[in-house]
Amino acid sequence: MRKRSLRYWASLAVLPAVLLTGCGDSGDSGAAAGDGNTIKVGILHSLSGTMAISEVTVANAEKMAVEEVNAAGGVLGKKVEIVQEDGASDWPTFAQKAQKLIKKDKVAAVFGGWTSASRKAMLPVFERNRALLWYPVQYEGLESSPYIFYTGATTNQQIVPGLDYLKEKGAKRIFLVGSDYVFPRTANKIIKAYAAANGMQILGEEYTPLGHTEYSTLVNKVVAAKPDAVFNTLNGDSNVSFFKQLKSAGVTADEMPVMSVSIAEEEVKGIGVANIVGHPVAWNYYQTTESAANDEFVRAFQARHRGAVTSDPMEAGYNAVHLWAAAVKKAGTTDVEAVKKAAAGISLDLPEGKVTVDGGNQHVYKTARIGVIQPDGLIKEVWSSDEPIKPDPYLKTYPWASGLS
Amino acid sequence: MSERVRGYALFATVALLLLVVAPLALPAFRLDELAKYLCLAIAALGIGLAWGQGGMLTLGQGVFFGLGGYAMGMYLKLHDAGGDLPDFMVWSGVERLPALWQPFGNPVVALAAVVLVPVAVAVLLGALVFRRRVRGAYFAILSQALAAAFVILLVGQQGLTGGTNGLTNFYDFFGRDPEAESTQRTMYFVVAGVLGVLYLLARQLVGSRFGRLLVAVRDGEDRVRFLGYDPALVKTVTFAISAGMAGLAGALFVPVVGIISPSLLGVVPSLELVVAVAVGGRYALAGAILGAVVMNYAKTSFSEEWAGGWLYLQGALFILVMTLAPKGAVGLYQQARDALARRRGASAAAVEKPGVAVKEEVPA
Repeated sequence: MRKRSLRYWASLAVLPAVLLTGCGDSGDSGAAAGDGNTIKVGILHSLSGTMAISEVTVANAEKMAVEEVNAAGGVLGKKVEIVQEDGASDWPTFAQKAQKLIKKDKVAAVFGGWTSASRKAMLPVFERNRALLWYPVQYEGLESSPYIFYTGATTNQQIVPGLDYLKEKGAKRIFLVGSDYVFPRTANKIIKAYAAANGMQILGEEYTPLGHTEYSTLVNKVVAAKPDAVFNTLNGDSNVSFFKQLKSAGVTADEMPVMSVSIAEEEVKGIGVANIVGHPVAWNYYQTTESAANDEFVRAFQARHRGAVTSDPMEAGYNAVHLWAAAVKKAGTTDVEAVKKAAAGISLDLPEGKVTVDGGNQHVYKTARIGVIQPDGLIKEVWSSDEPIKPDPYLKTYPWASGLS
Repeated sequence: MSERVRGYALFATVALLLLVVAPLALPAFRLDELAKYLCLAIAALGIGLAWGQGGMLTLGQGVFFGLGGYAMGMYLKLHDAGGDLPDFMVWSGVERLPALWQPFGNPVVALAAVVLVPVAVAVLLGALVFRRRVRGAYFAILSQALAAAFVILLVGQQGLTGGTNGLTNFYDFFGRDPEAESTQRTMYFVVAGVLGVLYLLARQLVGSRFGRLLVAVRDGEDRVRFLGYDPALVKTVTFAISAGMAGLAGALFVPVVGIISPSLLGVVPSLELVVAVAVGGRYALAGAILGAVVMNYAKTSFSEEWAGGWLYLQGALFILVMTLAPKGAVGLYQQARDALARRRGASAAAVEKPGVAVKEEVPA
């Protein structure tokens, strides 16, 4: 027995050799922010796993923006080079890949993330390494990292306007439905505070696990409660079964509108237009938003991806790249602290309209828009805040929200 | 030079490579990744012990990994909060520190819990399951269900566990910044050291009378019982040891990677570990370690080159290994050695036992 064990030692000995040869060529070769004539940036979205369906479209929009920046001469006389990594819908992988982009590729900035969990996992990596993350998705607020720029909406630019709209429409009794993770739970906390201050009644608050697809019980509960409106923070596939069940229960958008904050043009395709037509959604951008910049954005994106739709997170990712490029040009360097400083107050005409970076919390001013899903799968704007809303991630300017953060 | 001396010489060579060559040759960032693989290798070693030696196919090792990881994470979170509530509790609407968290403010309690909680859960489970002679596929399914349930519990109790986000953003690891290069380097040595010590201990265990009994239980549980031994006790003890290893691995993982979240402990990561052990060779403890390091290294490098393709390769690799080389990489290596030895032996007329059965190939 002793004799044979030798072979196990031998096999163990092979292992570091394998590792070393594998790592040798991929060591510390990247010069600061790209070598010579390029500036490297990272794109870090899930290309595999459950989030891939949404995140790939954002990655594509970001890549297109980088190409546009390059076509316009690049930044600081250099071309921008993309290093893409897969977050694999797994939060620790996001942290690990962020580390790789910063330390090995020495990127000037990273554009990435979708779920709050992926952002929370990456946050310490960026803060500790003093590197920049541009995060392009609407989220639950209550965060303001000095090393993250948030180009999606925070709560006062999406959820609060969504509630304002429902209130305007006379909805008094609301039912809350969400997936069980941090965004819906935090959003619902805000919604409950808003409801308490605005004379609205919350009839129920239900959570289902991410990826849950059995909604008949929940739909029965909602229907039995007879709310004026439902506020929906379900994510991903769950929406498909939820809206199907709702439709087969005979609920129409007229009698019980379901306000969703995670369903954009891309998701409407997956849910099936027939199941969700007429329901309202809250975002800051739709493919139908009228602006010269949007016509160009939609045209260019559809030229690259035939038949594709454009959505709010895609546009926010696209914006992030252009805002970063403008900040680098203004700073005259890719140095993170200088770029942060230069980014404050930068204002660009982007597809959703005028977008200005708030230097204080590194969020952006955004116009809130409520839209209704049309039979052709696009979303028509029915209400807007008319002007960009100042980002307020901690809802400090809202007296009813004083107990939240 | 005796075989035994040569064995130790090889162990010393591996130790030298891991403790001297790798830290010198690898950039800090890759060294940190290697530390992560070694953490997973500790958990894999436990699976090698339970499954390879004891025949308990545990598909829910992520539970124990998670218990250890969360025990460590809870202490670090409380320490960072310094008397206040941890950040995620604030935004989850929790107002008072839950009673479950109270003891974890003490580092000694937390460090003890890293090993003791997984061991206690394993002993409880083992006592219930093995005594009732639940084994084989039934045990595998049970352990997998446990992993699934554990994740649902963690995600559902956001105020208590951080939900899907898990616990992250640690600032102070026993007086040091966990993200600082020097800390990560130190952690690498700690992880490598722990792995080395656990490997030697596990090897000692397998070589002992207890180890023989364990293999005997694997190969013929009823016969062992008829001989007057208690197979349930042997299995429970082994399962508890493997759970303790997974707990320790999870605790070390937290400062190395900087996060512990349900996505690390569910059915899929638990299965990935088992697949790694199978690929490396489950009948050998070194095979489990080899498998965990190589598969995770392959995952990292492959996903860097061909994002999204890794899952296919992993699946294909597993199918290939299971159909062509059920004993894994180490098994293949042994076959080659045996074939060579047979040929040499035939010419020298000193034949080594030909065609040794799997069950006798277990290292001592």
